[in-house]
Amino acid sequence: MPESTLLNIENLVLHFRTTKGVVQAVDGVDFDLGYNQAVVVIGESGCGKTSLARAILRLLPRNTKSYTGKVVLNGFDVMPLDDEQFRRQIRWVKMSMVPQSAMNALNPVLRVGDQVAEPSMVHHGLRKADALVQARRMFEHVGVPEDFMSRYPFELSGGMRQRVAIAMALVTAPDLILLDEPTSALDVLTQANIMNMLKRIKQEMGTSFILITHDVATSSELADRVAVMYAGQIVETREARRFFGEPLHPYSKKLMASVPRLRGNVEPEFITGQPPSLIQPPTGCRFAARCSERFERCTEEPPMVRSRVHGVKCWLYA
Amino acid sequence: MVEAMDVRQNGALASIRDLRVWFELRRFGFGHAGYVHAVDGVSFDLGYGEAVAVVGESGCGKSTLMRTMLGLHRPTGGQVIFEGEDVSAKGRRAMKGYRAKVGYIQQDPYGALPPFMSVERILAEPMIINGISSAAERRERMHKALAEVKMTPVEEFLPKFPHMISGGQQQRVVIARSIILGPKMLVADEPVSMLDASVRVEILKLLRNLQQTLGLAVMYITHDLSTVRYFSERIFVMYAGQMVEKAPIEDLLREPRHPYTLALLEATSDPDAANATKFRDVPPGEPPSLVKPPAGCRFHPRCSRIIKGLCDQEMPPDFEPCPGHYAKCWLYR
Repeated sequence: MPESTLLNIENLVLHFRTTKGVVQAVDGVDFDLGYNQAVVVIGESGCGKTSLARAILRLLPRNTKSYTGKVVLNGFDVMPLDDEQFRRQIRWVKMSMVPQSAMNALNPVLRVGDQVAEPSMVHHGLRKADALVQARRMFEHVGVPEDFMSRYPFELSGGMRQRVAIAMALVTAPDLILLDEPTSALDVLTQANIMNMLKRIKQEMGTSFILITHDVATSSELADRVAVMYAGQIVETREARRFFGEPLHPYSKKLMASVPRLRGNVEPEFITGQPPSLIQPPTGCRFAARCSERFERCTEEPPMVRSRVHGVKCWLYA
Repeated sequence: MVEAMDVRQNGALASIRDLRVWFELRRFGFGHAGYVHAVDGVSFDLGYGEAVAVVGESGCGKSTLMRTMLGLHRPTGGQVIFEGEDVSAKGRRAMKGYRAKVGYIQQDPYGALPPFMSVERILAEPMIINGISSAAERRERMHKALAEVKMTPVEEFLPKFPHMISGGQQQRVVIARSIILGPKMLVADEPVSMLDASVRVEILKLLRNLQQTLGLAVMYITHDLSTVRYFSERIFVMYAGQMVEKAPIEDLLREPRHPYTLALLEATSDPDAANATKFRDVPPGEPPSLVKPPAGCRFHPRCSRIIKGLCDQEMPPDFEPCPGHYAKCWLYR
């Protein structure tokens, strides 16, 4: 493993128990992330993107059936840690998260400044006065006026609340922040402002990001690398500057073709069919039923075909 | 008001004249505390079979405009004229007839379909209400509508309940319901924003297709600029209760006039790796409060091209920098 790898995930599995059977939400995911890099995970809803984030941060629901694999952070395998150690040493210290619709999950009866200060008190043992100083610095980083510290969440607009949620994830200065659909509920101008802010934080603080989204166009605002997820598996990982021009996996190609574009004159196309159920996913390639390029071998599970810079889970490249 | 004088007046299916919809705010449940100026002086014409997109951020008044056109809010001032008749002057019974001519496609298909009714019942409901008493005719219309939205074989879908079908199919049922009475106009409120990217395009194409084959006028309300060009002929940009720019779609994309439209275009990204290396030039701040909107042009506090002493004092009228292209901006005086 090269020195520059911050996070290395191998064969990560997260299955849930439900009344209908076992949901294979994350099924053998591998990927790497370097320091000060941003990887975006894109895919349709229900493909396991959010479960992947939860698996990385070990935020597991009660109905977890199996949770295995390797999560190596800074060259240190965090999987053997027990839950308490993980909470003390890793979560919010090394990695933090901005969960989906975090802006609506702020505590309505606490001042936002106190909420942003809390992680430093819990994880760094700071006194409240010092923690508030930290929180004030973070407000500046995310572009919320300082006098908003003493406001309550309902006094803030959606964009401002989202910035506060990002400040909460940033305040302990983690190496990695997971962002789950950070802008999807926001207006275009606010969205662009938040993406500008994330880019600035990446430059100034050297933070790495995992950005989870279904919005391919917005994902390109931050991406160094792209990971395409389909039915619980990653089907392609690639450098952003190659991926957005020329995706390799047939699913990635269709996904890119389905994005309506403002500029240029390409008609978007849609992907016929629906993603398979994650309860009994098809054997072989999971995309085969919707793929226009399938052939006999697709009934067998395709390998992840890797080169130095990319990986494609498709028989076409084997 | 410039547009009201338009030659197209005679060919208009619906004309909106200086429409104002204000909501009264009350202090402690009584006592006047001002108005929310949700729609404030909007005028436009919608031709027969024409598709227009209304674009704007949340809270700009686009939903209020749409709900007023559907007859769900009474205008505070101005008129909604549909086929030569003033909608707001209609009584309850005439209103029912009007609603049969205007289809409504909701944003969230699952929320729009009653969970305890089968698809068959959902589609029958508007027909029963509007007095189509023959069961055979109802069946025939149902089959036709479901075939139009490509839900075949029809028999298979009729007994299903909303939770048994996918989000895309739910939205198709909503669309089938909206066309089942043979309306002249459809109002679609963000019809694809709750759907997955891959299904989105499919539904938009379906709507476009219906609009053309059935000759429907469509008002497509959205915040997503990247989908409008595949869908409509004209685009209206709304900001803080007003329409700041109205133009044919290609004109607007080629040469946006209003600084707000420019900002919207700048903020909309196409998938391109180069995006990650640059910052977008978007105005800071947020849309103003609609209770006390700023004097003059409502965009002036965020505008980089503000003309001091004019923009912050006088409300700009609709200027017409080129034929058919209107901008509410002093730059084009």
